[in-house]
Amino acid sequence: MRPELFQLILPSTWESLYMTLLSAALAYVVGLPLGILLVVTDKNGIRPIPALNAALGTIVNLLRSVPFLILFIALRGVTSAVVGRAYGARAVIVALFVAAAPFIARMVESSLKEVDPGVVEASQSMGASTMQIIMKVLLPEARASLLVGAAISITTILGYSAMAGIVGGGGLGAVAINYGYYRGEDTIMWVMIIILVAIVQVFQEVGMRLSRLVDKRIR
Amino acid sequence: MGSEKEIIRIEDLNKTFHTKDADVTALDQVNLAIREGEIFGIIGLSGAGKSTLVRCMNLLEKPTRGHVYFDGKDLGGLSAKELNEERHSIGMIFQSFNLLMQRTALQNICFPLELTGTPKAKARERARELLQIVSLEDKENAYPAQLSGGQKQRVAIARALATNPKVLLCDEATSALDPNTTRAILALLKDINRKLGVTIVVITHEMSVIEEICGRVAIIDQSHIVEMGKVEDIFVKPQSRIARQLLFPGGRKEFKFGKDGRFLRIVFDGMSSYEPVISGMVLECGYPVNIMFADTRDIDGKAMGQIILALPDDERAVHRMYAYLNTHKVRFEEVKEL
Repeated sequence: MRPELFQLILPSTWESLYMTLLSAALAYVVGLPLGILLVVTDKNGIRPIPALNAALGTIVNLLRSVPFLILFIALRGVTSAVVGRAYGARAVIVALFVAAAPFIARMVESSLKEVDPGVVEASQSMGASTMQIIMKVLLPEARASLLVGAAISITTILGYSAMAGIVGGGGLGAVAINYGYYRGEDTIMWVMIIILVAIVQVFQEVGMRLSRLVDKRIR
Repeated sequence: MGSEKEIIRIEDLNKTFHTKDADVTALDQVNLAIREGEIFGIIGLSGAGKSTLVRCMNLLEKPTRGHVYFDGKDLGGLSAKELNEERHSIGMIFQSFNLLMQRTALQNICFPLELTGTPKAKARERARELLQIVSLEDKENAYPAQLSGGQKQRVAIARALATNPKVLLCDEATSALDPNTTRAILALLKDINRKLGVTIVVITHEMSVIEEICGRVAIIDQSHIVEMGKVEDIFVKPQSRIARQLLFPGGRKEFKFGKDGRFLRIVFDGMSSYEPVISGMVLECGYPVNIMFADTRDIDGKAMGQIILALPDDERAVHRMYAYLNTHKVRFEEVKEL
Protein backbone atom coordinates (compact mmCIF):
# COMPACT_ATOMS: atom_id res chain seq x y z
CA MET A 1 0.00 0.00 0.00
CA ARG A 2 1.17 3.46 -0.77
CA PRO A 3 1.66 5.95 2.05
CA GLU A 4 -0.53 8.51 0.33
CA LEU A 5 -3.47 6.16 0.86
CA PHE A 6 -3.64 7.22 4.49
CA GLN A 7 -3.54 10.83 3.49
CA LEU A 8 -6.56 10.05 1.35
CA ILE A 9 -8.51 8.10 3.94
CA LEU A 10 -8.63 10.55 6.83
CA PRO A 11 -9.74 13.72 5.07
CA SER A 12 -12.19 11.93 2.80
CA THR A 13 -13.74 10.02 5.71
CA TRP A 14 -14.06 13.25 7.60
CA GLU A 15 -15.56 14.93 4.55
CA SER A 16 -18.13 12.16 4.11
CA LEU A 17 -19.13 12.28 7.77
CA TYR A 18 -19.31 16.05 7.67
CA MET A 19 -21.51 16.07 4.55
CA THR A 20 -23.75 13.32 5.86
CA LEU A 21 -24.28 14.56 9.39
CA LEU A 22 -24.64 18.22 8.54
CA SER A 23 -27.14 17.60 5.77
CA ALA A 24 -29.01 15.09 7.94
CA ALA A 25 -29.26 17.68 10.70
CA LEU A 26 -30.48 20.33 8.26
CA ALA A 27 -32.89 17.87 6.65
CA TYR A 28 -34.36 17.01 10.07
CA VAL A 29 -34.99 20.68 10.76
CA VAL A 30 -37.37 20.63 7.81
CA GLY A 31 -38.29 16.92 7.60
CA LEU A 32 -39.35 16.46 11.22
CA PRO A 33 -41.96 19.25 11.26
CA LEU A 34 -43.03 18.21 7.76
CA GLY A 35 -43.53 14.61 8.91
CA ILE A 36 -45.50 15.82 11.94
CA LEU A 37 -47.66 17.98 9.66
CA LEU A 38 -48.32 15.03 7.37
CA VAL A 39 -49.61 12.99 10.32
CA VAL A 40 -51.54 15.73 12.08
CA THR A 41 -53.32 17.10 9.01
CA ASP A 42 -54.22 13.64 7.68
CA LYS A 43 -57.96 13.05 7.34
CA ASN A 44 -57.74 10.74 10.35
CA GLY A 45 -55.24 12.97 12.13
CA ILE A 46 -55.80 15.13 15.19
CA ARG A 47 -56.18 18.32 13.11
CA PRO A 48 -57.43 17.23 9.68
CA ILE A 49 -56.63 19.73 6.92
CA PRO A 50 -57.07 17.61 3.76
CA ALA A 51 -56.01 20.30 1.27
CA LEU A 52 -52.74 21.08 3.06
CA ASN A 53 -52.09 17.39 3.58
CA ALA A 54 -52.56 16.63 -0.11
CA ALA A 55 -50.33 19.56 -1.13
CA LEU A 56 -47.52 18.54 1.23
CA GLY A 57 -47.84 14.92 0.17
CA THR A 58 -47.51 15.87 -3.48
CA ILE A 59 -44.42 18.05 -2.91
CA VAL A 60 -42.78 15.28 -0.89
CA ASN A 61 -43.54 12.71 -3.58
CA LEU A 62 -42.25 14.96 -6.36
CA LEU A 63 -38.93 15.52 -4.62
CA ARG A 64 -38.67 11.87 -3.67
CA SER A 65 -39.16 10.72 -7.25
CA VAL A 66 -36.18 12.62 -8.66
CA PRO A 67 -33.06 10.38 -8.56
CA PHE A 68 -30.42 11.94 -6.36
CA LEU A 69 -27.75 12.38 -9.03
CA ILE A 70 -30.16 14.16 -11.34
CA LEU A 71 -31.36 16.32 -8.46
CA PHE A 72 -27.77 17.25 -7.68
CA ILE A 73 -27.14 18.28 -11.28
CA ALA A 74 -30.47 20.05 -11.60
CA LEU A 75 -29.81 22.07 -8.46
CA ARG A 76 -26.45 23.42 -9.66
CA GLY A 77 -27.83 26.92 -10.05
CA VAL A 78 -29.33 26.96 -6.59
CA THR A 79 -26.24 25.40 -5.10
CA SER A 80 -23.96 28.04 -6.61
CA ALA A 81 -26.18 30.76 -5.28
CA VAL A 82 -26.24 29.28 -1.78
CA VAL A 83 -22.66 28.08 -1.20
CA GLY A 84 -20.80 29.86 -3.99
CA ARG A 85 -19.96 26.87 -6.19
CA ALA A 86 -21.62 23.85 -7.74
CA TYR A 87 -19.00 21.20 -6.84
CA GLY A 88 -17.29 19.88 -3.72
CA ALA A 89 -18.54 18.82 -0.34
CA ARG A 90 -20.48 21.97 0.51
CA ALA A 91 -22.33 21.85 -2.80
CA VAL A 92 -23.29 18.26 -2.11
CA ILE A 93 -24.75 19.27 1.24
CA VAL A 94 -27.31 21.50 -0.45
CA ALA A 95 -28.49 18.68 -2.72
CA LEU A 96 -28.42 16.14 0.12
CA PHE A 97 -30.58 18.44 2.20
CA VAL A 98 -33.15 18.79 -0.59
CA ALA A 99 -33.20 15.04 -1.22
CA ALA A 100 -33.18 13.97 2.43
CA ALA A 101 -35.80 16.34 3.87
CA PRO A 102 -38.77 14.68 2.10
CA PHE A 103 -37.31 11.24 2.77
CA ILE A 104 -37.05 12.06 6.47
CA ALA A 105 -40.57 13.51 6.44
CA ARG A 106 -41.88 10.14 5.26
CA MET A 107 -39.78 8.27 7.83
CA VAL A 108 -41.09 10.50 10.62
CA GLU A 109 -44.63 10.15 9.30
CA SER A 110 -44.48 6.37 9.37
CA SER A 111 -42.98 6.36 12.88
CA LEU A 112 -45.67 8.66 14.26
CA LYS A 113 -48.40 6.61 12.63
CA GLU A 114 -47.25 3.63 14.67
CA VAL A 115 -48.43 5.35 17.85
CA ASP A 116 -51.58 3.65 19.10
CA PRO A 117 -54.58 5.80 18.10
CA GLY A 118 -56.18 4.77 21.40
CA VAL A 119 -53.45 6.58 23.33
CA VAL A 120 -54.01 9.69 21.23
CA GLU A 121 -57.74 9.42 21.86
CA ALA A 122 -57.12 9.04 25.59
CA SER A 123 -55.03 12.21 25.64
CA GLN A 124 -57.75 14.04 23.72
CA SER A 125 -60.24 12.86 26.33
CA MET A 126 -58.00 14.44 28.95
CA GLY A 127 -58.18 17.76 27.16
CA ALA A 128 -54.76 17.78 25.48
CA SER A 129 -54.31 20.44 22.79
CA THR A 130 -52.90 19.58 19.35
CA MET A 131 -49.48 20.90 20.36
CA GLN A 132 -49.54 18.97 23.63
CA ILE A 133 -50.42 15.78 21.79
CA ILE A 134 -47.51 16.28 19.39
CA MET A 135 -44.97 17.15 22.07
CA LYS A 136 -46.12 14.91 24.90
CA VAL A 137 -47.66 11.93 23.12
CA LEU A 138 -46.69 11.43 19.48
CA LEU A 139 -42.97 12.25 19.63
CA PRO A 140 -42.15 10.58 22.99
CA GLU A 141 -44.25 7.49 22.26
CA ALA A 142 -42.62 7.09 18.83
CA ARG A 143 -39.07 7.80 20.02
CA ALA A 144 -37.79 4.24 19.49
CA SER A 145 -39.10 4.13 15.95
CA LEU A 146 -37.85 7.67 15.27
CA LEU A 147 -34.33 6.59 16.24
CA VAL A 148 -34.44 3.60 13.91
CA GLY A 149 -35.68 5.99 11.22
CA ALA A 150 -32.78 8.34 11.93
CA ALA A 151 -30.28 5.50 11.53
CA ILE A 152 -31.85 4.51 8.21
CA SER A 153 -31.97 8.14 7.05
CA ILE A 154 -28.34 8.82 7.91
CA THR A 155 -27.07 5.71 6.18
CA THR A 156 -29.19 6.53 3.12
CA ILE A 157 -27.75 10.07 3.05
CA LEU A 158 -24.24 8.61 3.33
CA GLY A 159 -25.04 6.50 0.28
CA TYR A 160 -26.26 9.55 -1.64
CA SER A 161 -23.16 11.50 -0.64
CA ALA A 162 -20.93 8.76 -2.03
CA MET A 163 -22.90 8.80 -5.29
CA ALA A 164 -22.27 12.52 -5.62
CA GLY A 165 -18.57 11.66 -6.04
CA ILE A 166 -19.24 10.87 -9.68
CA VAL A 167 -20.32 14.42 -10.50
CA GLY A 168 -17.81 16.41 -8.55
CA GLY A 169 -18.84 15.80 -4.95
CA GLY A 170 -16.33 15.08 -2.23
CA GLY A 171 -15.63 12.46 0.41
CA LEU A 172 -15.10 8.71 0.22
CA GLY A 173 -17.30 8.29 -2.85
CA ALA A 174 -15.29 10.80 -4.85
CA VAL A 175 -11.99 9.11 -3.93
CA ALA A 176 -13.38 5.67 -4.80
CA ILE A 177 -14.55 6.89 -8.18
CA ASN A 178 -11.55 9.06 -9.02
CA TYR A 179 -8.95 6.43 -8.08
CA GLY A 180 -10.86 3.25 -8.75
CA TYR A 181 -12.88 4.13 -11.81
CA TYR A 182 -10.77 6.72 -13.59
CA ARG A 183 -7.28 5.47 -12.65
CA GLY A 184 -8.02 1.79 -12.31
CA GLU A 185 -6.63 1.63 -8.78
CA ASP A 186 -8.96 -0.97 -7.45
CA THR A 187 -7.24 -1.28 -4.07
CA ILE A 188 -8.05 2.29 -3.19
CA MET A 189 -11.62 1.82 -4.33
CA TRP A 190 -12.02 -1.24 -2.14
CA VAL A 191 -10.55 0.49 0.88
CA MET A 192 -13.07 3.28 0.45
CA ILE A 193 -15.89 0.76 0.07
CA ILE A 194 -14.84 -0.97 3.29
CA ILE A 195 -14.77 2.32 5.14
CA LEU A 196 -18.23 3.18 3.83
CA VAL A 197 -19.55 -0.22 4.89
CA ALA A 198 -17.99 0.21 8.33
CA ILE A 199 -19.58 3.65 8.80
CA VAL A 200 -23.00 2.33 7.77
CA GLN A 201 -22.61 -0.55 10.23
CA VAL A 202 -21.69 1.79 13.05
CA PHE A 203 -24.59 4.18 12.44
CA GLN A 204 -27.08 1.36 12.04
CA GLU A 205 -25.89 -0.44 15.14
CA VAL A 206 -25.77 2.69 17.30
CA GLY A 207 -29.26 3.64 16.10
CA MET A 208 -30.71 0.23 16.89
CA ARG A 209 -29.06 0.08 20.30
CA LEU A 210 -30.26 3.55 21.25
CA SER A 211 -33.72 2.63 20.05
CA ARG A 212 -33.80 -0.47 22.24
CA LEU A 213 -32.41 1.47 25.14
CA VAL A 214 -35.16 4.09 25.13
CA ASP A 215 -38.01 1.71 24.30
CA LYS A 216 -39.90 0.85 27.48
CA ARG A 217 -42.36 -1.45 25.72
CA ILE A 218 -39.81 -4.25 25.81
CA ARG A 219 -39.43 -6.53 28.91
CA MET B 1 -76.67 7.14 45.58
CA GLY B 2 -77.33 10.03 43.26
CA SER B 3 -78.96 13.38 43.69
CA GLU B 4 -81.59 14.84 41.41
CA LYS B 5 -79.12 17.20 39.79
CA GLU B 6 -78.29 16.23 36.23
CA ILE B 7 -74.61 16.19 35.36
CA ILE B 8 -74.93 14.93 31.78
CA ARG B 9 -77.95 15.58 29.61
CA ILE B 10 -78.29 14.34 26.06
CA GLU B 11 -81.02 15.73 23.85
CA ASP B 12 -82.17 14.30 20.56
CA LEU B 13 -78.71 13.06 19.69
CA ASN B 14 -77.98 11.74 16.24
CA LYS B 15 -74.65 10.52 14.96
CA THR B 16 -74.27 9.49 11.36
CA PHE B 17 -70.98 8.30 9.92
CA HIS B 18 -70.41 9.03 6.27
CA THR B 19 -68.58 6.16 4.67
CA LYS B 20 -67.71 5.69 1.02
CA ASP B 21 -70.59 3.36 0.32
CA ALA B 22 -73.32 4.65 2.57
CA ASP B 23 -74.29 6.69 5.57
CA VAL B 24 -74.33 4.69 8.76
CA THR B 25 -76.49 5.90 11.60
CA ALA B 26 -74.82 4.95 14.87
CA LEU B 27 -77.20 6.84 17.14
CA ASP B 28 -80.65 8.21 16.56
CA GLN B 29 -83.03 10.22 18.74
CA VAL B 30 -81.11 9.48 21.89
CA ASN B 31 -82.32 11.31 24.98
CA LEU B 32 -80.98 10.64 28.42
CA ALA B 33 -80.00 12.30 31.64
CA ILE B 34 -77.38 11.13 34.09
CA ARG B 35 -77.68 12.33 37.66
CA GLU B 36 -74.84 13.58 39.75
CA GLY B 37 -73.31 10.86 41.91
CA GLU B 38 -74.97 7.83 40.33
CA ILE B 39 -73.46 4.89 38.51
CA PHE B 40 -75.24 4.76 35.20
CA GLY B 41 -74.92 1.80 32.86
CA ILE B 42 -75.32 1.68 29.11
CA ILE B 43 -75.62 -1.82 27.74
CA GLY B 44 -76.03 -3.18 24.27
CA LEU B 45 -74.68 -5.77 21.87
CA SER B 46 -71.61 -4.86 19.86
CA GLY B 47 -72.45 -2.44 17.09
CA ALA B 48 -75.48 -1.10 18.95
CA GLY B 49 -73.91 2.35 19.23
CA LYS B 50 -72.96 2.41 22.90
CA SER B 51 -69.31 3.30 22.36
CA THR B 52 -70.33 6.12 20.04
CA LEU B 53 -72.75 7.34 22.69
CA VAL B 54 -70.11 7.52 25.41
CA ARG B 55 -67.71 9.25 22.99
CA CYS B 56 -70.35 11.88 22.38
CA MET B 57 -70.42 12.64 26.11
CA ASN B 58 -66.96 14.24 25.93
CA LEU B 59 -67.25 15.09 22.26
CA LEU B 60 -64.55 12.68 21.10
CA GLU B 61 -67.28 12.10 18.54
CA LYS B 62 -69.02 15.20 17.28
CA PRO B 63 -72.78 14.63 17.19
CA THR B 64 -74.40 15.07 13.79
CA ARG B 65 -77.44 16.56 15.49
CA GLY B 66 -78.63 17.21 19.00
CA HIS B 67 -77.07 18.51 22.18
CA VAL B 68 -74.78 17.22 24.87
CA TYR B 69 -74.89 19.17 28.12
CA PHE B 70 -72.23 18.65 30.74
CA ASP B 71 -72.87 20.34 34.07
CA GLY B 72 -75.32 22.66 32.34
CA LYS B 73 -73.00 23.66 29.50
CA ASP B 74 -73.74 22.77 25.89
CA LEU B 75 -70.45 21.14 24.86
CA GLY B 76 -71.20 21.61 21.16
CA GLY B 77 -71.18 25.38 21.59
CA LEU B 78 -67.72 25.58 23.13
CA SER B 79 -64.47 26.57 21.45
CA ALA B 80 -61.71 23.96 21.21
CA LYS B 81 -59.98 25.56 24.17
CA GLU B 82 -63.10 25.70 26.31
CA LEU B 83 -63.90 22.09 25.42
CA ASN B 84 -60.44 20.96 26.54
CA GLU B 85 -61.06 22.85 29.77
CA GLU B 86 -64.29 20.91 30.34
CA ARG B 87 -62.59 17.65 29.47
CA HIS B 88 -60.40 18.05 32.55
CA SER B 89 -63.64 17.43 34.47
CA ILE B 90 -64.59 14.31 32.48
CA GLY B 91 -62.26 11.36 33.04
CA MET B 92 -62.33 8.39 30.73
CA ILE B 93 -61.00 4.83 30.79
CA PHE B 94 -60.89 2.35 27.94
CA GLN B 95 -61.00 -1.35 27.16
CA SER B 96 -57.39 -1.31 25.95
CA PHE B 97 -56.23 0.97 28.82
CA ASN B 98 -54.47 3.37 26.44
CA LEU B 99 -51.58 4.14 28.73
CA LEU B 100 -48.52 5.96 27.47
CA MET B 101 -46.16 3.03 26.95
CA GLN B 102 -42.98 5.07 27.33
CA ARG B 103 -43.97 6.49 30.71
CA THR B 104 -43.96 4.87 34.13
CA ALA B 105 -47.18 4.44 36.11
CA LEU B 106 -46.40 7.60 38.06
CA GLN B 107 -45.60 9.59 34.91
CA ASN B 108 -48.80 8.37 33.30
CA ILE B 109 -50.82 9.71 36.21
CA CYS B 110 -48.90 12.99 36.05
CA PHE B 111 -49.78 13.37 32.36
CA PRO B 112 -53.21 15.04 32.71
CA LEU B 113 -51.74 17.26 35.43
CA GLU B 114 -48.97 18.35 33.05
CA LEU B 115 -51.67 19.30 30.57
CA THR B 116 -53.22 21.65 33.09
CA GLY B 117 -49.87 23.12 34.02
CA THR B 118 -49.69 21.72 37.55
CA PRO B 119 -46.20 22.20 39.08
CA LYS B 120 -44.18 18.99 38.82
CA ALA B 121 -43.71 18.40 42.54
CA LYS B 122 -47.39 18.90 43.22
CA ALA B 123 -48.32 16.59 40.35
CA ARG B 124 -46.10 13.82 41.68
CA GLU B 125 -47.56 14.20 45.12
CA ARG B 126 -51.08 13.92 43.73
CA ALA B 127 -50.06 10.94 41.56
CA ARG B 128 -48.72 9.10 44.61
CA GLU B 129 -51.99 9.75 46.42
CA LEU B 130 -53.89 8.25 43.51
CA LEU B 131 -51.59 5.23 43.33
CA GLN B 132 -52.59 4.59 46.90
CA ILE B 133 -56.30 4.83 46.07
CA VAL B 134 -55.88 2.20 43.37
CA SER B 135 -53.55 0.09 45.58
CA LEU B 136 -50.48 0.31 43.36
CA GLU B 137 -48.11 2.21 45.67
CA ASP B 138 -45.31 -0.22 44.90
CA LYS B 139 -45.59 0.13 41.11
CA GLU B 140 -44.90 3.81 40.63
CA ASN B 141 -41.76 3.20 38.57
CA ALA B 142 -43.13 0.29 36.56
CA TYR B 143 -43.78 0.75 32.85
CA PRO B 144 -47.12 -0.44 31.44
CA ALA B 145 -45.34 -3.35 29.71
CA GLN B 146 -44.41 -4.64 33.14
CA LEU B 147 -47.95 -4.54 34.52
CA SER B 148 -50.85 -6.98 34.29
CA GLY B 149 -54.14 -6.02 32.63
CA GLY B 150 -55.82 -5.28 35.94
CA GLN B 151 -52.88 -3.18 37.11
CA LYS B 152 -52.87 -1.25 33.84
CA GLN B 153 -56.55 -0.45 34.26
CA ARG B 154 -55.86 0.71 37.82
CA VAL B 155 -53.21 3.09 36.52
CA ALA B 156 -55.68 4.28 33.88
CA ILE B 157 -58.30 4.88 36.58
CA ALA B 158 -55.80 6.81 38.69
CA ARG B 159 -54.83 8.85 35.64
CA ALA B 160 -58.46 9.60 34.83
CA LEU B 161 -59.04 10.79 38.41
CA ALA B 162 -55.94 12.97 38.60
CA THR B 163 -57.70 16.21 37.71
CA ASN B 164 -60.59 15.58 40.12
CA PRO B 165 -63.21 15.01 37.43
CA LYS B 166 -66.92 15.11 38.14
CA VAL B 167 -67.61 12.21 35.82
CA LEU B 168 -65.73 9.05 34.92
CA LEU B 169 -66.65 7.46 31.59
CA CYS B 170 -65.81 3.76 31.37
CA ASP B 171 -65.83 2.34 27.85
CA GLU B 172 -65.86 -1.47 28.16
CA ALA B 173 -63.31 -0.98 30.93
CA THR B 174 -63.44 -4.58 32.11
CA SER B 175 -63.99 -6.36 28.81
CA ALA B 176 -60.34 -7.26 28.39
CA LEU B 177 -60.02 -8.60 31.94
CA ASP B 178 -60.63 -12.01 33.49
CA PRO B 179 -63.63 -12.45 35.82
CA ASN B 180 -61.70 -12.04 39.07
CA THR B 181 -59.91 -8.92 37.90
CA THR B 182 -63.18 -7.59 36.54
CA ARG B 183 -64.77 -7.95 39.95
CA ALA B 184 -61.85 -6.18 41.62
CA ILE B 185 -61.96 -3.29 39.15
CA LEU B 186 -65.74 -2.95 39.55
CA ALA B 187 -65.32 -2.91 43.32
CA LEU B 188 -62.74 -0.17 42.93
CA LEU B 189 -65.08 1.88 40.74
CA LYS B 190 -67.87 1.47 43.27
CA ASP B 191 -65.52 2.60 45.99
CA ILE B 192 -64.46 5.65 44.02
CA ASN B 193 -68.10 6.53 43.40
CA ARG B 194 -68.91 6.25 47.08
CA LYS B 195 -65.83 7.88 48.55
CA LEU B 196 -65.11 10.58 46.00
CA GLY B 197 -68.66 11.13 44.77
CA VAL B 198 -67.61 10.80 41.15
CA THR B 199 -70.48 10.10 38.77
CA ILE B 200 -69.66 6.98 36.76
CA VAL B 201 -70.95 6.00 33.33
CA VAL B 202 -70.34 2.37 32.47
CA ILE B 203 -70.51 1.05 28.92
CA THR B 204 -70.64 -2.71 28.64
CA HIS B 205 -72.11 -5.67 26.81
CA GLU B 206 -72.24 -7.74 29.98
CA MET B 207 -75.33 -7.66 32.17
CA SER B 208 -73.27 -8.93 35.11
CA VAL B 209 -71.28 -5.68 35.10
CA ILE B 210 -74.49 -3.65 35.18
CA GLU B 211 -75.94 -5.75 37.99
CA GLU B 212 -72.80 -5.49 40.01
CA ILE B 213 -72.40 -1.73 40.17
CA CYS B 214 -75.06 0.25 38.33
CA GLY B 215 -78.08 1.97 39.83
CA ARG B 216 -79.76 2.80 36.56
CA VAL B 217 -79.28 1.46 33.08
CA ALA B 218 -80.12 2.34 29.51
CA ILE B 219 -80.42 -0.45 26.99
CA ILE B 220 -79.35 0.49 23.52
CA ASP B 221 -80.20 -1.46 20.40
CA GLN B 222 -79.77 -0.54 16.76
CA SER B 223 -78.89 3.08 17.49
CA HIS B 224 -81.86 3.66 19.80
CA ILE B 225 -82.39 3.54 23.52
CA VAL B 226 -85.07 0.91 23.88
CA GLU B 227 -85.39 0.82 27.63
CA MET B 228 -84.14 2.82 30.57
CA GLY B 229 -84.68 2.64 34.29
CA LYS B 230 -83.57 1.20 37.58
CA VAL B 231 -81.45 -1.91 37.13
CA GLU B 232 -83.62 -3.97 39.49
CA ASP B 233 -86.79 -3.05 37.58
CA ILE B 234 -85.34 -4.00 34.25
CA PHE B 235 -83.91 -7.12 35.76
CA VAL B 236 -87.29 -8.20 37.08
CA LYS B 237 -89.47 -7.03 34.24
CA PRO B 238 -87.55 -6.52 31.05
CA GLN B 239 -89.79 -4.85 28.48
CA SER B 240 -87.74 -5.27 25.35
CA ARG B 241 -86.55 -8.32 23.50
CA ILE B 242 -83.01 -7.11 23.66
CA ALA B 243 -83.16 -6.63 27.44
CA ARG B 244 -84.36 -10.19 27.77
CA GLN B 245 -81.53 -11.41 25.57
CA LEU B 246 -78.95 -9.54 27.59
CA LEU B 247 -80.26 -11.04 30.81
CA PHE B 248 -79.11 -14.47 29.75
CA PRO B 249 -75.38 -14.82 29.53
CA GLY B 250 -74.42 -16.57 26.34
CA GLY B 251 -77.44 -15.30 24.50
CA ARG B 252 -80.72 -16.88 23.56
CA LYS B 253 -79.47 -19.93 21.73
CA GLU B 254 -79.02 -21.92 24.91
CA PHE B 255 -82.67 -21.71 25.76
CA LYS B 256 -84.35 -23.84 23.21
CA PHE B 257 -86.20 -26.19 25.52
CA GLY B 258 -87.62 -28.29 22.75
CA LYS B 259 -91.21 -27.97 23.85
CA ASP B 260 -93.67 -25.16 24.03
CA GLY B 261 -94.78 -24.32 27.46
CA ARG B 262 -94.98 -21.81 30.19
CA PHE B 263 -91.98 -20.78 32.12
CA LEU B 264 -91.54 -18.90 35.32
CA ARG B 265 -88.62 -16.56 35.76
CA ILE B 266 -87.79 -16.02 39.40
CA VAL B 267 -85.53 -13.13 40.15
CA PHE B 268 -83.31 -12.93 43.18
CA ASP B 269 -82.40 -9.36 43.83
CA GLY B 270 -80.98 -9.37 47.27
CA MET B 271 -83.11 -11.61 49.49
CA SER B 272 -81.27 -13.66 52.02
CA SER B 273 -79.44 -16.45 50.27
CA TYR B 274 -80.06 -18.69 53.28
CA GLU B 275 -83.75 -18.88 52.52
CA PRO B 276 -84.55 -22.00 50.48
CA VAL B 277 -87.23 -20.48 48.24
CA ILE B 278 -87.55 -23.13 45.57
CA SER B 279 -87.64 -26.11 47.87
CA GLY B 280 -90.04 -24.24 50.16
CA MET B 281 -92.34 -23.65 47.22
CA VAL B 282 -92.16 -27.25 46.04
CA LEU B 283 -92.89 -28.60 49.52
CA GLU B 284 -95.81 -26.26 50.11
CA CYS B 285 -97.43 -26.72 46.71
CA GLY B 286 -96.73 -30.43 46.60
CA TYR B 287 -95.76 -30.22 42.96
CA PRO B 288 -92.30 -30.86 41.49
CA VAL B 289 -90.79 -28.27 39.18
CA ASN B 290 -88.21 -28.56 36.50
CA ILE B 291 -85.31 -26.13 36.69
CA MET B 292 -84.46 -25.09 33.14
CA PHE B 293 -81.86 -22.49 33.89
CA ALA B 294 -80.22 -21.07 36.93
CA ASP B 295 -77.72 -18.30 37.32
CA THR B 296 -77.47 -17.25 40.91
CA ARG B 297 -74.68 -16.15 43.15
CA ASP B 298 -74.14 -15.11 46.68
CA ILE B 299 -73.02 -11.51 47.02
CA ASP B 300 -72.33 -10.65 50.66
CA GLY B 301 -75.00 -13.07 51.90
CA LYS B 302 -77.56 -11.83 49.39
CA ALA B 303 -78.91 -14.00 46.62
CA MET B 304 -78.59 -12.38 43.21
CA GLY B 305 -79.57 -13.83 39.87
CA GLN B 306 -82.38 -15.75 38.29
CA ILE B 307 -83.88 -19.20 37.93
CA ILE B 308 -86.18 -20.37 35.19
CA LEU B 309 -88.67 -23.09 35.99
CA ALA B 310 -90.97 -25.02 33.66
CA LEU B 311 -94.48 -24.58 35.02
CA PRO B 312 -96.70 -27.57 35.64
CA ASP B 313 -99.82 -27.95 33.45
CA ASP B 314 -102.03 -28.01 36.54
CA GLU B 315 -103.49 -24.51 36.77
CA ARG B 316 -104.23 -24.80 40.50
CA ALA B 317 -100.65 -25.76 41.24
CA VAL B 318 -99.47 -22.70 39.32
CA HIS B 319 -101.78 -20.46 41.36
CA ARG B 320 -100.46 -21.89 44.58
CA MET B 321 -96.93 -21.30 43.46
CA TYR B 322 -97.71 -17.67 42.63
CA ALA B 323 -99.34 -17.24 46.02
CA TYR B 324 -96.32 -18.70 47.74
CA LEU B 325 -93.91 -16.49 45.86
CA ASN B 326 -96.05 -13.42 46.51
CA THR B 327 -96.23 -13.99 50.24
CA HIS B 328 -92.49 -14.50 50.33
CA LYS B 329 -91.99 -11.30 48.32
CA VAL B 330 -90.07 -13.08 45.62
CA ARG B 331 -90.10 -11.25 42.30
CA PHE B 332 -91.12 -13.30 39.31
CA GLU B 333 -92.71 -13.17 35.90
CA GLU B 334 -94.24 -15.70 33.61
CA VAL B 335 -92.56 -16.03 30.26
CA LYS B 336 -93.99 -17.82 27.23
CA GLU B 337 -90.77 -18.41 25.38
CA LEU B 338 -87.23 -17.43 25.87
